[in-house]
Amino acid sequence: MKISSTKIDILQEIGNIGVGNAATALAHLLQTKVNMRVPRATFLDLKEAITLIGGVEKQVVCVNLRVEGDVPATILYIFDQPSACALVDLLLGQKRGTTTALDEMGYSAVMEIGNIMTGSFTGAIAEMTGLQLVPSVPALAHDMLGAIFATAVAASGYAEDQVLCIQTSFVGMQNQDRMDSHFIMLPEVESLDRLFAALGVVTETQVSGVDCNRM
Amino acid sequence: MGLEPDVLRGLSVEEARNIHVGIAEYQVARSPHRLLTLGLGSCVGVALYDPVARIGGLAHVMLPDSKQFRSGGKPAKFADLGVAVLVKELQRAGSRNGRMVAKLAGGAQMFFGNNRAMQMAIGERNVEAVRKALKELGIKIAAEDVGGSVGRTISLDTSDGLLTIRTLGQPVRVI
Repeated sequence: MKISSTKIDILQEIGNIGVGNAATALAHLLQTKVNMRVPRATFLDLKEAITLIGGVEKQVVCVNLRVEGDVPATILYIFDQPSACALVDLLLGQKRGTTTALDEMGYSAVMEIGNIMTGSFTGAIAEMTGLQLVPSVPALAHDMLGAIFATAVAASGYAEDQVLCIQTSFVGMQNQDRMDSHFIMLPEVESLDRLFAALGVVTETQVSGVDCNRM
Repeated sequence: MGLEPDVLRGLSVEEARNIHVGIAEYQVARSPHRLLTLGLGSCVGVALYDPVARIGGLAHVMLPDSKQFRSGGKPAKFADLGVAVLVKELQRAGSRNGRMVAKLAGGAQMFFGNNRAMQMAIGERNVEAVRKALKELGIKIAAEDVGGSVGRTISLDTSDGLLTIRTLGQPVRVI
């Protein structure tokens, strides 16, 4: 799969705008400060992606949403256990440390955060491009990162050895609470031309093709 | 992928090593080494063992059917190709079909909620596809620890063919 470095830059910028909106939505929701890193778009094999997020056997909570429409993609939010618990306390207005393990209520709170953030993310991109992006309802998993990530990729129907990841992390801070989260968007590479066309990028004149498989 | 030549030499128990098998990969080793794969979710770990030659093989299969995709990548990614490749690799190391037995682990439903990750039932389809591929090659399944909603880390001991299964928050199982 080839994609030019110009298009990679565009995906990173799109990611920046989308995740920026999502992080702002989270900050409003939790009434807290949220810092985010500049997103990176790269082709990664599964092992690299999992290592980047924290390692195969790390226990995480992951919200998985599918985006259908003009820009089909899978969006994942991955929290470590303490961050997920802190998020639940903040969202439910509870005293810090109230949530130590996640129950049905906790899971549903974390899923709602994924829902709201994805709504802001897809809304920002739809507004900018005029394209249609339709997020699904969220699904959640709480287990080993490797097991969850490989399952999400398989369920997205991606069979290539390397997947295109638009990836960033953000941190919510309130007093001593620190909530780390990874955002990962796995777009369907074959469908990205519609996104590029909507942004006025001409696909046919791809002169500076970079083979991202070798990056 | 290729075999690591020294894991096919017979060594003393003290020299037993853990050989890691990554996602969509496979490895073959001779007693006393252990073959290990971490974090099986909807993926299926296919362990083959020849108790006479004491040779084991382990594949980490991710998708049921290679024919559904135009570009695929590594053969061990798919149940339909991966099982056959693993069997061939065991034969090359000196094993015979009639002696091989299989043990399976994984194929879980990791996500709950009503979206595509649920509806795909990818774990279940992986298990079905591995069973089918084994049946076609005439290899019996000796034991299984499949389904459910937990991630699994597994280890095949090539000295006795036992498969150890670790999950978060549950006791270790040996099949």
